[in-house]
Amino acid sequence: MAARTDTRIAPEQPPPSPRGVLGYRAGRERPAGGWELWTWLFMRISGIVLLFLAVGHVLIMHVGGEGVSRVNFAFVATRWSSPFWRTWDWALLSLALLHGINGLRVVVQDYVRPVAWRFAVNMLFYVVGFVLFVLGTVVVFTFAPSRWPGVAR
Amino acid sequence: MPPAPESAGDVLETSDQRRAGATGAVTLTLRIRRYNPELRGEESWWDEFTIQADPNDRLLDALHQVKWYHDGTLALRRSCAHGICGSDAMMVNGKNRLACKVLVKDVAPKVTVEPIRGLPVLKDLYVDMEPFFNGYRSILPYLINDEGEPDAERLQSPEERHRFDDTTKCILCACCTTSCPVFWGDDEYVGPAAIVNAHRFIYDSRDHGADERLKILSEKTGVFRCRTTFNCTEACPRGIEVTKAIQEVKRSILFERF
Repeated sequence: MAARTDTRIAPEQPPPSPRGVLGYRAGRERPAGGWELWTWLFMRISGIVLLFLAVGHVLIMHVGGEGVSRVNFAFVATRWSSPFWRTWDWALLSLALLHGINGLRVVVQDYVRPVAWRFAVNMLFYVVGFVLFVLGTVVVFTFAPSRWPGVAR
Repeated sequence: MPPAPESAGDVLETSDQRRAGATGAVTLTLRIRRYNPELRGEESWWDEFTIQADPNDRLLDALHQVKWYHDGTLALRRSCAHGICGSDAMMVNGKNRLACKVLVKDVAPKVTVEPIRGLPVLKDLYVDMEPFFNGYRSILPYLINDEGEPDAERLQSPEERHRFDDTTKCILCACCTTSCPVFWGDDEYVGPAAIVNAHRFIYDSRDHGADERLKILSEKTGVFRCRTTFNCTEACPRGIEVTKAIQEVKRSILFERF
């Protein structure tokens, strides 16, 4: 018993860690990043926001008025003349992509065990997500009906 | 109407007879998943045993009857046989249960018994618990207090004790962890039982290791792997609100950051 106490508080032990929990380091040093916390929190918040954005989108575009049949080039052009709808659609695009890709990352974390495969599958999702995000963002911010050839105005 | 008893011995005998008469034996068929790599290779197989058992006996008694009188090679783990040691966790009709807390009358006439999932099976119902205990050890499951030895016991108010009362009930049987789909996929995940035991110390006013434990549990293998499927809460033979405990730890990590 005495021997065990001695090894615990031997004088040559390094000075207590800043946290001072044990007076010695328990196990390996751990990254204090909290990445998992932030992605977890992002999923919750983006989920709530997406509920309103996505359900609102469906109601406005596909249910209200004459429904989906009125949606054509002119309808979109008129709608996107307002920065509000561009912001709405861009928020919907980016949140849905990030939410979805992070969901896939979590599934991959659970079920793709070999490290190389996991890296490859994750990279595939990240690249596809990034390409879709860039394409969508470019369209949302640069769309100008007047520049489209053959559009009657 | 039996004659009036004359002595204590008579009373016991009459009550024994009455009990024996009231509960006739029932027929129970046990369908058991067997595994023995030394004899039959890596493939598991099913064996069926039909026995007579008292309906008020426990499933563990029925398994004993099989092992002792039908097939001595059946391997299972059990110690106290009274729901305290947590040795005889197994999958009973698809649900993780302690064999010593399931009554024959609740599963008769036929019951399926398998080893708990997500841990390497060594033989029949007997699994290697090491990945489970790795998770348990990683959360520092002991009192951490750097104040030095106190003169008397460390006092605590009933409210402070109540804060972590639920999670003190854990017997480490692994019913929760081996019912968790995240653990099935990845045994690096510390699992519900480890989080329950971290919870038991994190919210103990006598313990000073909460920061260290919350840090461990905010890692990739920690609480944020939990998908709140509630399998753990449903499986716990001690009635611990496991998912609630995990959510409380998540919340503590979240609000520690702000």
